[in-house]
Amino acid sequence: MAEIAEGGGGGHKKGPGVKKGKKLSTRVDLTPLVDLAFLLITFFIFTTTMSTPTAMNLFLPKDTDKPEEQNKAKESGALTLILAKDHSVYYYEGILATDGANFKQMPFSEMRKVVMDKKTSTAKDDLVIVIKPTAECTFADVVDALDEMTIADIKRYAMVDAAEGELALISATQAANPGGAPAPAAQK
Amino acid sequence: MGRPKIARKSTHVDMTAFCDVGFLLLSFFILTTKFKPPEALTVVTPGSVSSKEAEAVDQCLVSVGADGRVFISFSEENRRVEVVDDLNKRLGLQLTEAEVNSAGTSEYFASSLNQLKSFLAIPIDRRVGNSFPGIPIKDTANNELVEWVRSVGNVFLGEKLNLMVKGDQTMQYPAFKGVIDAFKKNDQMKFLIITSQESIPGGTPLADKARKGVIKE
Repeated sequence: MAEIAEGGGGGHKKGPGVKKGKKLSTRVDLTPLVDLAFLLITFFIFTTTMSTPTAMNLFLPKDTDKPEEQNKAKESGALTLILAKDHSVYYYEGILATDGANFKQMPFSEMRKVVMDKKTSTAKDDLVIVIKPTAECTFADVVDALDEMTIADIKRYAMVDAAEGELALISATQAANPGGAPAPAAQK
Repeated sequence: MGRPKIARKSTHVDMTAFCDVGFLLLSFFILTTKFKPPEALTVVTPGSVSSKEAEAVDQCLVSVGADGRVFISFSEENRRVEVVDDLNKRLGLQLTEAEVNSAGTSEYFASSLNQLKSFLAIPIDRRVGNSFPGIPIKDTANNELVEWVRSVGNVFLGEKLNLMVKGDQTMQYPAFKGVIDAFKKNDQMKFLIITSQESIPGGTPLADKARKGVIKE
């Protein structure tokens, strides 16, 4: 590619009687150098970490402040998301009905829609979202749920542990429907 | 005789320009590359839309692996020594001064408090991250991270502290709960979760904000 032997270069014809002095080419073959350079480039491209880690802020509420803080939220403006195993989410609006009638299930992917629906249907100051991770959900679920709050631009949200009654409802739903589809009772 | 002379063109391609570009790119990548520090614990962080870069100074990083093991690390060497010194004095761990000072070179701490002495005794180059049990947090009555965070609070008192949590995405929630419980008990209410960046999904309020250029943080 680079240089094919071309003997003295240029195509100058020496005149008759002039001895062909061995003219060494002053050209340096750069091919190996280029090879090496690109090898190194490839190495650095692959080892470089372009994606610097980012960080999301999380402020925890003080435990002692919780009862008063929670009372400030209107029932109608509350949406509770319970993160269960296998990326499924149980949720209810307002206060959980004693018979579990408003207890619903959705896959994680529908969370955005549910949150957005709630946001549009609720007065801005009343909206509060409660995220309740259970022992069976993963860290990614928690972060994704918190992320949904950022995506939907929710100002007030809290992370609380799930209550006994809710856990019981989840296990009841799962027991009734091992396939993972929402139980008829939970579908409202 | 009557042959027309065809000008012989050189087949030589000038490599200089090619070489220049090559080395320009090479120097760019050499200068921008940042080698990943060797990690004791392999952690695959979950993604988030947050675009805030994690600060590398004054940090106290709590890493939680997929199996729920907890490692703690500090960015500054003197902080490591100070935190271990504080733990030693407060809890009577009976570490010698030399042992406390050796904490400065320790990239991470990954043992229960009563085994800290033997952990520090292991030469740095012989430490294999995977072989350590991590800081016990699972048991709420014996959550040793509480003591660590208390010492961190004492050392960083009145100074800037970037408290961070780096968790593996498959880690189960109880491990994370153990970590935030330890923070809460020490009134460390503000911390950062290390994530990898994701793009903002379109058609959402955040996407609108981003377009208008009024993203907070």
